[in-house]
Order: sequence, then C-alpha cells, then structure tokens
Amino acid sequence: MENSLSENSNIIEVTGLTKKFGDITAVNDISFSIGRGDIFAFLGPNGAGKTTTIKMLTTLLKPTSGEILIDGNNPATQQDKIRRSFGIVFQDPSLDEELTAYENMEFHGCLYRVPKDIRRQRIEELLKFVELWDRRKDLVKTFSGGMSRRLEVARGLIHHPKILFLDEPTLGLDPQTRNHIWSHITQLNKQEKMTVFLTTHYMEEAEKIARTIAVIDHGRIVAQGTSANLKERTGTSSLEEAFLKLTGTTIRKESADALDRMRIGRRLWRRNRR
Amino acid sequence: MTTIYILWLRQLKRYSRSKARIIGSLGQPLLFLIALGFGMGPIYQKAKGGNYIDFLAPGVMAMGIIFTGTFSGIEIIWDRQFGFLKETLVAPTSRVSIMLGRTLGGATIATCQGLIILCISFIAGFRPHYSLLIPVSLVFIFLIALLFTALGTAIASLMEDFHGFQLIINFLIMPLFFLSGALFPLEGLPKPFKIITTINPLSYGIDGLRHTLINAHHFGMFTDLVVLCSITIIILIIGSYLFSKIQL
Repeated sequence: MENSLSENSNIIEVTGLTKKFGDITAVNDISFSIGRGDIFAFLGPNGAGKTTTIKMLTTLLKPTSGEILIDGNNPATQQDKIRRSFGIVFQDPSLDEELTAYENMEFHGCLYRVPKDIRRQRIEELLKFVELWDRRKDLVKTFSGGMSRRLEVARGLIHHPKILFLDEPTLGLDPQTRNHIWSHITQLNKQEKMTVFLTTHYMEEAEKIARTIAVIDHGRIVAQGTSANLKERTGTSSLEEAFLKLTGTTIRKESADALDRMRIGRRLWRRNRR
Repeated sequence: MTTIYILWLRQLKRYSRSKARIIGSLGQPLLFLIALGFGMGPIYQKAKGGNYIDFLAPGVMAMGIIFTGTFSGIEIIWDRQFGFLKETLVAPTSRVSIMLGRTLGGATIATCQGLIILCISFIAGFRPHYSLLIPVSLVFIFLIALLFTALGTAIASLMEDFHGFQLIINFLIMPLFFLSGALFPLEGLPKPFKIITTINPLSYGIDGLRHTLINAHHFGMFTDLVVLCSITIIILIIGSYLFSKIQL
C-alpha cells in the first residue's frame, strides 16, 4: 500500500524551504516538486541559492525551516535512506587525486556497501560507459577536467541511484565533452528512468535537456515550467532572453569565503603547472 | 566496518605513494637526534646522566609520531578544500566510522614513521635495554600516534582553512613536545615546570616508551598506560562529536 503510494507521488517534494546564514537568507521559502523520471533544471545567476538548495536536498546542510521529502523520506529522520537513493556530481571536483580512477570507484562502492561481485561488474561497465576503462590504473591527478568530470558521473552511478544531482557538471568544459556527458545522462534517464536534477549556466543546455525548468533568483523561485512555457510567459524567443527578463541584467555581487579563495588559488596553481 | 577499513586503506595508499612526505617528515627528528644527541651527550655524561642518545631516542621517536599524527588528522582540511570530504559525507554511513577510519589510518602511518625513526636511531648508536618489555613499546607508539591523530582530526573539524595551522603547531604541538620530558629528565625540575610536565599527556607516552625501551621511568608503565588510554578515548569522543557536526 505504502509502496504503491510512493510510486505514484513525486520523487522530490519541497515546501517552504528556507536557509539563513546569519542575516543573509540564501534560500527564501521555495516550493517545488519533481516527478519520477523527470529532468529538472535549476537556473539562476551566481549566488541565487542553487548550490545551497542542492546541499539541503542531499543532507549536507540542515534547512532553517521548511520540509523536504525525497522518495517519501525526510532528510531529518531518514538520512541514510535518502543518501542511498541519490548520486551526486558536485560543482567542485571531489575525487581523491592521489588515488587511481579505479580506486576512486572502488572506494565509493565500498562506502555504499555494494557487494563485491556486483561492484566489480558495475565499475567495469561504468568506466567503459564513460570511456575511461583504459585509464583505470592512472592517478586522477593526471586527468584533464573533462575526464575527471566523466569519472565523477560514473562514480555517482555505482550504487544505482534513483536521482542524480548535477551541480553545474559541465562548467569549464569544451563543447565536445559537454555533449558527451549530456548524451550519457539523457541515455540513463531514458533507460533507467532515473530522475535528474541539474543546475547549469548554459541556457542552451537547459533548453535542450531539461523537461522542467525553475528559475531561481535572490533565493526565490521566480518562474517554473517547460522551456516553451517560460518563453511564452515572458514573450521571448529564446530561453536566454526569458532568463534575463526574469532575473534582470545586473551582474551579481558574490562574496568569496576562505574556501572559494583557496579553490581559486588552487585552480590557478594547477593551471600554471600544466 | 567496511567504512572504517576503506578509509584506513585510503590513508595508507596515499602515504605509501608520497615518498617525499615520508622522507621529509624524518628530517626534523633526525636533526634533533644528531644535533642534540651528539652535542649534549658529553655534558649529560659528565652530569652522571648516562648515555644521552639512549635517553633521547624515545623522545625523538615521539616527536616524529606526534607530528605525523597531527598532520594526518589535520589533512581533513585538505579534503574539505579539495572536495573529497563531501564525497564521504553524503555517503550512507555514520560520521563516527568515517572519523574512526581516518584516524586509525593516520595513527598507522604515524606508527610506521615512529618505527622508521627507531631503526635510524640504532644507526646513531641507540641501544635499547633488552627485556620482555620491548614489544610493549609498540603499544605506546600506537597510543601516542592515535592520540595525536585524533587531536589533529578534532582541531581540523573546527577549522575552515590552513590559516590556523601555524598557530596549532607553534602553540599546541611544539609546547606539548618541549614540555614533555622528551629532551630532558623529569627529575628535580622547578615546581611550575613539574606541574606542566605532569599535566602534559605526552609526558606519559614518552615515559612509557622509556620504561619499555631503556627501562628508565618516572611515572611507571601502568600509570602511563592508564593516563594515555583515558586521554586518547576522551579526545576520540570529542573528535567524533566535532566531526559529526561539520556542515559544508
């Protein structure tokens, strides 16, 4: 009974979600729902609250108020159940560069308690799927940005998640690699009926891939619907124009914390080293 | 258990691949052993203290262990900044087992480092007092390693970046080392100094090492063991608590 109920309901239900950091409200009373097997894109300028929302959905941050239901579970009480149900590709790299591609996959599989035989089999399948099987014994620090991203996508899929979160997965990648990654993801969405939640800055990507789009600005959802809906509502001909009309043309001020500065420093250092 | 094992294994793999780090962290203890050992040796002998290298070697071992251990613990900041911590924190596994796995891994590395220094001190002329207690010294090596790795982890859970790192080394780890009896005997010290060395947990670790290696002691092995175990457990609990509170 409970099972059939959750099969019919939405996979993600968010109501009145709010996150405050001191005086700053990063996410302000947002509500949305995502159907099973949907591809949902979260669009917004820098600092709009996209990453904060993903962090709350993936149990990394506790909301100040509001409710989240993921596959019928509440992150506050059924954390592990939720953690098992999703895979995630973070905005910043999150691989261990001192380990090989295979070891990174193995590490993830062990953490998610995928039994050994199945683990070995899936790692091989996935590494072949993202075309990294030949490089499996190489340390991740020798990989290019695109290869690392593909490896992260593959890693996020080892435990067969119902939902895949992608936080700007194609940032800084060339069009070929972007195309490659998206074709993998849409293929999985079709084959496995996997729900995809993504954020991106590339409007044409969102337009091409996402079935539902939500535009977030200053921590609030300002519009929601299909790409055609949004264009119709704003009277524009492209999603980019619709986006600019909804969020304005001013450039956002972003405050960088210590972590961001460190990351920027590291990125520069790595670039110089190559 | 799998979580603890895989995190332990990860620490060991990283360690074994970083030859520069293994050799680099031997430099300081080696310098202490040679400069102090040979430099202060004659005076120590004249003061009827006996062989200073024999006395110093356990202290220098402890030095290598506490620095390697603390640094392994503090490496969490590294993982936090390079993103890998997120990967472990979204996994369906308890934070306590993540913390324990990492800490045991770091402690194992620090133990290896201590044993390498022990081998080197043989070359410098260190001769242990052969007895059945020698294997027990391994227990002390591991306990010191565990204590300081857990301490590093606890501190790192509170830090966002490396700015505070110098502060920790210069105002916590260095004083703990210098005020522990690693370099000098604890007998006949001025009163305030005596109090400081008595409340310093590292004093008990080093005393335990001396008792088991050269059969010289101040507090005695059993006191050492009890104090060291209690402090380690307390720090492990605090560390687990702080680690479980990390939000990204």
